[in-house]
Amino acid sequence: MPSFAALPRRLHGPSVRALYFLGLLPAAWYLYQAMTGGLGFNPVKGLEHLLGIWALRFLIVALFVTPLRDLTGINWLRYRRALGLLGFYYVLFHFTVYVVLDLRLDIHAVWADIVRRPYITIGMACLILLLPLAATSNGWSIRRLGPRWNTLHKLSYLILAGAVLHFVLARKSLTLEPAVYIAIAAVLLSYRIVRKPVLRWKRPKRQNQPVRQT
Amino acid sequence: MSVYHPPKISSNEITPQRVYLSRRTFIGGAAAGLVLSGTAVSASAAPLQAKPGSYKLDEKLTPKEAVTTYNNFYEFGVNKSDPAQNSGDFKPTPWAVAVEGLVNKPKTFGLEELMKIQLEERTYRMRCVEGWSMVIPWIGFPLKALLDQVEPQGSAKYVAFETVVRPSEMPGQSGFFQPLSWPYIEGLRLDEAAHPLTILAVGLYGETLPNQNGAPIRLVVPWKYGFKSIKSVVKIKLVEKQPETTWKNANAKEYGFYSNVNPAVDHPRWSQATEQRIGEGSGLFPDRRPTLPFNGYADEVASLYAGMDLKANY
Repeated sequence: MPSFAALPRRLHGPSVRALYFLGLLPAAWYLYQAMTGGLGFNPVKGLEHLLGIWALRFLIVALFVTPLRDLTGINWLRYRRALGLLGFYYVLFHFTVYVVLDLRLDIHAVWADIVRRPYITIGMACLILLLPLAATSNGWSIRRLGPRWNTLHKLSYLILAGAVLHFVLARKSLTLEPAVYIAIAAVLLSYRIVRKPVLRWKRPKRQNQPVRQT
Repeated sequence: MSVYHPPKISSNEITPQRVYLSRRTFIGGAAAGLVLSGTAVSASAAPLQAKPGSYKLDEKLTPKEAVTTYNNFYEFGVNKSDPAQNSGDFKPTPWAVAVEGLVNKPKTFGLEELMKIQLEERTYRMRCVEGWSMVIPWIGFPLKALLDQVEPQGSAKYVAFETVVRPSEMPGQSGFFQPLSWPYIEGLRLDEAAHPLTILAVGLYGETLPNQNGAPIRLVVPWKYGFKSIKSVVKIKLVEKQPETTWKNANAKEYGFYSNVNPAVDHPRWSQATEQRIGEGSGLFPDRRPTLPFNGYADEVASLYAGMDLKANY
């Protein structure tokens, strides 16, 4: 495996905090733009869509951590919780803009959307599925749940699939942008299917090396 | 947002081409580039004379910048800002519209000829199927004026329309990923087409149509969702059977042939009960208002659909 200059241990904490800070910048920037006319003539829709796209991006990058480590040895594990939580925060922002600014707190309309419109049903299901994951994204829960934590957090695969579907169905036609997200999600999710054989294939090689040397 | 408004200039103030071309040669190089980029904004729009029309609204006009920079025209890209950004290479002149099919006098009309039909200004609401709306001062003439010239035959029941196909000038029509099939096609029942509200527009806001809004000539059917108002029309054909239409072909469950604005019939993926009026309200709190049956034109057009199930014929 290639070796990369490791980040000094004392910078681990600050680098995670920096990620939270940087990760929240797009939301702040788009909010500012929406208020000052920078998002064009339909700022609420613009803001809603951009927050949704960024939620999808963070969820994708969070699920990219494992294949990246498996295949290249680059270890971003310390950033995975921040990436996942940023995804969750953007989902919350996206939902808040939809309910408060787009539908003006018309709860009846929100409910009608959720039960009648499949892409909104799917989006809402993803938000609900994210709640237990966000609530257990802390050291205490990991220790407390043990192996069950891993099982619980496999929900993220379902959530990513749902999020991409939500995005694709919300469009009037299949264009390049959603197609790219479908492709990325498909690669990330199918990697989970082939992961065990891939690791098995990588591992014996490493173990065999000392044997051959003797 | 500060946006450049091209000034209205009368023809006697315009420098003859011979003179400004020689000046450009003199200025040359970088300066010429500046002049060209400066004029690009207004290159496709020229002042247009029209008599005040009989259709006016008490509602506030949607700002011209919104009308010309926020719209759908998939031939130039799928994002709302794409038409304004990607339509610079489109050449709306010379232009001709072929009117054919079940007519006694089929004819191809040059744009100049069409512009000689009495033009009038009409302010119409425009309701997009996506849930937003505008108020736009169009310049045009009733489609009926054109249909009368070709004399539809008794067997003609529908009118089919077709948009130009020019991948070299319309970036949305080239590339390996095409959201729709071209040409964009639309259709109306003959009585809808001949209705006095239905116009062929050649201008908006006192000028010829900008490329992004369907230059040089487009349909405007104000009581139907915006996608029915086909842009950059090259062919009008009178036919007997209901013609195919682009969005219905793309997704028949979501887009019907009629596509009349109807707050009581939801799009499968969103409600049509309300609409966001573009350019009204402020920042994070834009104007959202109830959508009116037939987009507020029920008095004029509801009788066209008497006895029809508007839920089944969406």
